[in-house]
Amino acid sequence: MATTITMPQLGETVTEGTVAQWLKKPGDSIEKYESFVEVSTDKVNAEVPSPVSGVLREIICKEGETVATGAPIAIIDEVGAAAEPTAVPAAAPAVQAVEAPRRNGAPLTNGATPNSAETLRRVSPAVRRLAREHVVDLSMVLGTGHNGRITANDVIAAASAGPSAVMAATIMLEPVATPTLTPAKPPASTPVAPPPDAARSTYAAPIPGTLVPLSPARKTIAQRMVESLATAPHAWTMVEVDVTNLWAWRAKAKDRFAQDKGHALTLLPFFIHAVVASLKKQPLLNSRFTAEGIYVEKNYNIGIAIGMESNLVVPVIREADSLSISGIAIAAGKLIDKARAGKLSMDDLGGGTFTVNNTGANGSVLSKPIINGGQAAIVTMEAIVKRPVVINDAIAIRSMMNVCLSLDHRVIDGTASNAFLSDLKKRLEAMGPSGEL
Amino acid sequence: MAVAATDTTVMNNVDAVRTTLYEALKNDERTLILGEDVGARGNVFLITKGFIEEFGPERIIDTPLAEASIVGIAIGMAMEGLRPIAEIQFADFIYPAFNQIVGEAAKTRYRSNGDYTCPLVIRTPYGGGVRGALSHSVSIEALFYHVPGLKIVAPSYPADMKGLLNAAIDDADPVLFLEHKKTYRLVKGEVPNGHYTIPIGKADIKHAGDRLTVVSYGLYVHQAVEAAKRLAGEGLSVEVIDLRSIRPMDGTTILASVRKTRKLLIIHEDNKFGGIGAEISAMVAEEAFFDLDAPIRRLCGPDVPAMGYAAPLEEEFMISTDRMAEAMRELVLF
Repeated sequence: MATTITMPQLGETVTEGTVAQWLKKPGDSIEKYESFVEVSTDKVNAEVPSPVSGVLREIICKEGETVATGAPIAIIDEVGAAAEPTAVPAAAPAVQAVEAPRRNGAPLTNGATPNSAETLRRVSPAVRRLAREHVVDLSMVLGTGHNGRITANDVIAAASAGPSAVMAATIMLEPVATPTLTPAKPPASTPVAPPPDAARSTYAAPIPGTLVPLSPARKTIAQRMVESLATAPHAWTMVEVDVTNLWAWRAKAKDRFAQDKGHALTLLPFFIHAVVASLKKQPLLNSRFTAEGIYVEKNYNIGIAIGMESNLVVPVIREADSLSISGIAIAAGKLIDKARAGKLSMDDLGGGTFTVNNTGANGSVLSKPIINGGQAAIVTMEAIVKRPVVINDAIAIRSMMNVCLSLDHRVIDGTASNAFLSDLKKRLEAMGPSGEL
Repeated sequence: MAVAATDTTVMNNVDAVRTTLYEALKNDERTLILGEDVGARGNVFLITKGFIEEFGPERIIDTPLAEASIVGIAIGMAMEGLRPIAEIQFADFIYPAFNQIVGEAAKTRYRSNGDYTCPLVIRTPYGGGVRGALSHSVSIEALFYHVPGLKIVAPSYPADMKGLLNAAIDDADPVLFLEHKKTYRLVKGEVPNGHYTIPIGKADIKHAGDRLTVVSYGLYVHQAVEAAKRLAGEGLSVEVIDLRSIRPMDGTTILASVRKTRKLLIIHEDNKFGGIGAEISAMVAEEAFFDLDAPIRRLCGPDVPAMGYAAPLEEEFMISTDRMAEAMRELVLF
């Protein structure tokens, strides 16, 4: 018997998934519960276990394809069952092969959205020839065929609609085709001067850029950032924190810690520990705005923003209020390791109530973070910089760190945010080598 | 000798063949018919009914059940100046005559360096969908179309039957004349009176259109035209070409149509592998590759040893008009 495997729903709100990698080829045998495909949704990469033992008969959804949850992605023949003949008549394969869903779900408008490489790779001989004959840029043609395929008639329609803007610009560049740049009545003996180079640069067609396709993660990030900025009026404030003593403490403890616990001791766990304590004093910062009212969280689940090469993930340290600095360091270390390996699960990512962003890790001294949707504020720890600071009318060299806060002004006003920041500042400045990890 | 083709008469395919044979016998004394049950029984489909009474047993020859002999004797007659029309009662029985047709008739002109020709017509009913089962349903055209020197004709409209049978009888070389038995009484049409011919090797557009070319022959042409009419109702324009002659094949008409529509669907009852559709698709791929806007598609009989007798098996084998319409729709919208 054949079992059709569908795109799993990884997370309640997830509506689509992308096949990141097939771990099995058609013809490979698969044990029940054995991972056979890696699927990425939102920000999670998950390996999907097989519901049956059998042989992978057919891969329906190719690597890189995004389909709705519940859509078929593969067929597995269960062990002991002979492969059934395919129901499609033998004439079909050629047609079938091109029925793969389009990568870009958004409808094209003529000349607006360039076609994907996938669409362009599959043009028919007639389309290729007509495009060449009519000098039509296929990336700008609206496909009206099956699954958005560009048909021969589409090319002819595009050709009769006239050359595209880029084409027109290119044609204008041809020296012989620029009568306006030619003197109206050149003396017969004087050869016509070529158009001045200045004119060329003025009207130069832009060098075409490249289009980086949106990964599922990038799509999600884009959507959430826009949503957050559009719904939460962001206010911003900053304090300077003297972390000289804290820095000394961390320097003293870090080697031993790494040796004992197997994780690096950065400034982050100290910071989170202080943040959680300050949040407890200002519970409004650990809340979210809803239509019914401000929902104040009782959990202190701290999201930590981790920048990846092309991606941003915010795994969550759960119940951070129950953890020591050391406990936070270990929890954070584990999450960072998982993030780098692309192994974060939905559980690692959900449920954050407040976010800490270590922007200083990349040298930033001041930033204006966007609040993570469903939270009331986000705080950054900027780079530690040695600066001359006036203490008791004397100038001293101190390790200074800026701490920036973006807040949802629907929830929090200056009073609460300033109370939070000055409490946090006090706590951080009070931390020193005599403290307990 | 020939009567002018002025008026028309509505008749079915059996009557078209019968009339043509009758007129040939009447107009040319060299013409004769030989085969199983063509005399006293008047052919199993009553095509030659009454012929033996009118033309006598020397021109309407009942033969033993020996197809190799039927064709072999006819070849001798043809080489010596007669105009034999041999009948194989059902195409399923033609295999014993294979050597005579392929090895002898098709090569006579070449082997004799043009001294001899073989003006022979071999008529045979073929095709299924009539509960004919194993021995009364087969399509044989692909077995013979590989053979140079042999013409194969398979008309399915009464007027084409007459015009092409006349052309086959007039032809100086052997012609295999295939009559789809399901169309015998199913299909009626106007047939010009008197003698006329339709050139062998010329296809006919039975339904004009511009978004898909469908090439078929035999019974399926009628279904394809019906499907094309349905699609026309959906605003989808399909051109149906009736091949009529399988060899020589009318590449000109097929290519002109494909260059216009840019898409090709071939439908035949004979099984797909190595069938007529294989040759057509190869030709189009060779000659019109840069005009193709979709993969060439073939809708053919299954590669099974024979058509089953059981109704579900026969239905599975035969391609319904619905399936044709669906395949056409898919390609038009591709």
